[in-house]
Amino acid sequence: MDGDVSIAGLATSLALIGVAAAISLWQRLGLERQILWAATRALVQLLLVGAALALVIEPGRPLVWSWLWIVAMVAYAGDVARRRAPEVPGLLWLAILAFGSGAVITLGVLFGFGVMPLEGRTLVPLAGMMVGNSMTATVLVARRMVEEVRDKRDEVEARLALGQPARQAATPYVRAALRSAVTPQIETTKATGLVFLPGAMTGLILAGVPPTQAVLVQAVVMFLVLGAVASTTVVIALGLVRRLFTPDHRLRWLPRPAER
Amino acid sequence: MVGGGVTTAANGVAWAMIASREALVVDGSPEARRYGGDVTRDEDLFRFDDVVVERFGIRALDGFTACVPATGVTGVAGPSGSGKSTVLRLCNRMEVPTSGQVHFRRTDIATFDPLALRRQVGMVFQRPTPFPGTVRDNLLAAVPHAGRSQMDAALRRASLDLTWLERDATALSGGEAQRVCMARTLITEPDVLLLDEPTSALDAETVHAFEDSVTELTRNGLAVLWVSHDLAQLRRVADMVLRIENGRYAGEERFGGVPGHEEG
Repeated sequence: MDGDVSIAGLATSLALIGVAAAISLWQRLGLERQILWAATRALVQLLLVGAALALVIEPGRPLVWSWLWIVAMVAYAGDVARRRAPEVPGLLWLAILAFGSGAVITLGVLFGFGVMPLEGRTLVPLAGMMVGNSMTATVLVARRMVEEVRDKRDEVEARLALGQPARQAATPYVRAALRSAVTPQIETTKATGLVFLPGAMTGLILAGVPPTQAVLVQAVVMFLVLGAVASTTVVIALGLVRRLFTPDHRLRWLPRPAER
Repeated sequence: MVGGGVTTAANGVAWAMIASREALVVDGSPEARRYGGDVTRDEDLFRFDDVVVERFGIRALDGFTACVPATGVTGVAGPSGSGKSTVLRLCNRMEVPTSGQVHFRRTDIATFDPLALRRQVGMVFQRPTPFPGTVRDNLLAAVPHAGRSQMDAALRRASLDLTWLERDATALSGGEAQRVCMARTLITEPDVLLLDEPTSALDAETVHAFEDSVTELTRNGLAVLWVSHDLAQLRRVADMVLRIENGRYAGEERFGGVPGHEEG
């Protein structure tokens, strides 16, 4: 294919890592070891994933392997979310539930209505896009919810003290957190094609797919991501209401993050 | 005996001096301990039985036992961190005991529906907490279908009036905002009011106006539980003060016989 990269080409591209490391040395950033480590790690991870993906989605392989891949990916993403927002109580399972729901909704539409053919080579990358792109928003909404409710504890409790149920008392903060998490994705969606050329499309064009075809795939991916961001964040926000409040409508005490 | 009103500044100070000199303090006396202990009286509003509240391994209350009478203003005094606010928060189930029991009008408070209880037992917080929006929005947050007359009544009881309705609640001064919060609490028509250092963020003049409006409210039958670190204030407004230290009952002062806040 037109876009094939040879081993020599890959090695040559490492020169760009050399540029980054050289800048770090020159400006005494002390980041050169990290840059080299990151590049090596990324390369090894990608090679491993590539090999595994080849196994999972090669034609003729049963689709169950792709589904298992997605389950593992969702579980791993839940763990990443938990580690990135340790101050959020019980985020692991909530994030897994959120990514799971996001996957069911978005992949359900794409495959259920035959937008894409249901095959390993479509299922795994689309699920990857969905989970990967919702990750930031998921962590953002979780942190924001906890911050809002912790910093505005007086206000939240004043609402509860008026006899508002927890769900109602939390509504303004759920709304604020959801807006802050979804808005960046809306901005990205608006700017697509004008400000930057997104990954899927760039990849397809590099691989030799005609741009007219590539943009259609990209549009589907953008819609997938926006839908996924909205559905994962709403699951997180509403799920967190149940974690932050007790069943008898009290706001739990949240420890302040120890180090910041 | 001291003149009734005791709500104006001058009277308040005078009363505070007399109160301390006339040894109304009965801390640690057998009567006080008994009253603070296991004697239940029919007219008790709240009763705390050996209440422990533990949070992150720290005891906010450590075997607190006391009674709050059914009428008038009861003060809760003590050093900061002694557990005063926790006592108050137990009364509207913003907090639940780790062990021990809280009774509201002789019924275990745990058996009440917390949302209904909180409408009966209103609370005003230390820092004014106006919600974003107008004063009207704030009142509607408490009672979504409140009519104009209902709003009027609540505003008046907090020394405000209907001209305030369209004002931005978040742009008010501390004293104004606290009165809006008071109106917002009163519109749910509670029969008990919990005040958690409600004047600590206010200036001296506003403090006295606030004290006056609370005194006025008690005349109409509202029972008030008032937490303050300012003993002089409690002597001005309260009929009785419960003292708390290190999460435990530490005696009480009763200003019994003070003609219950009849303005002179």
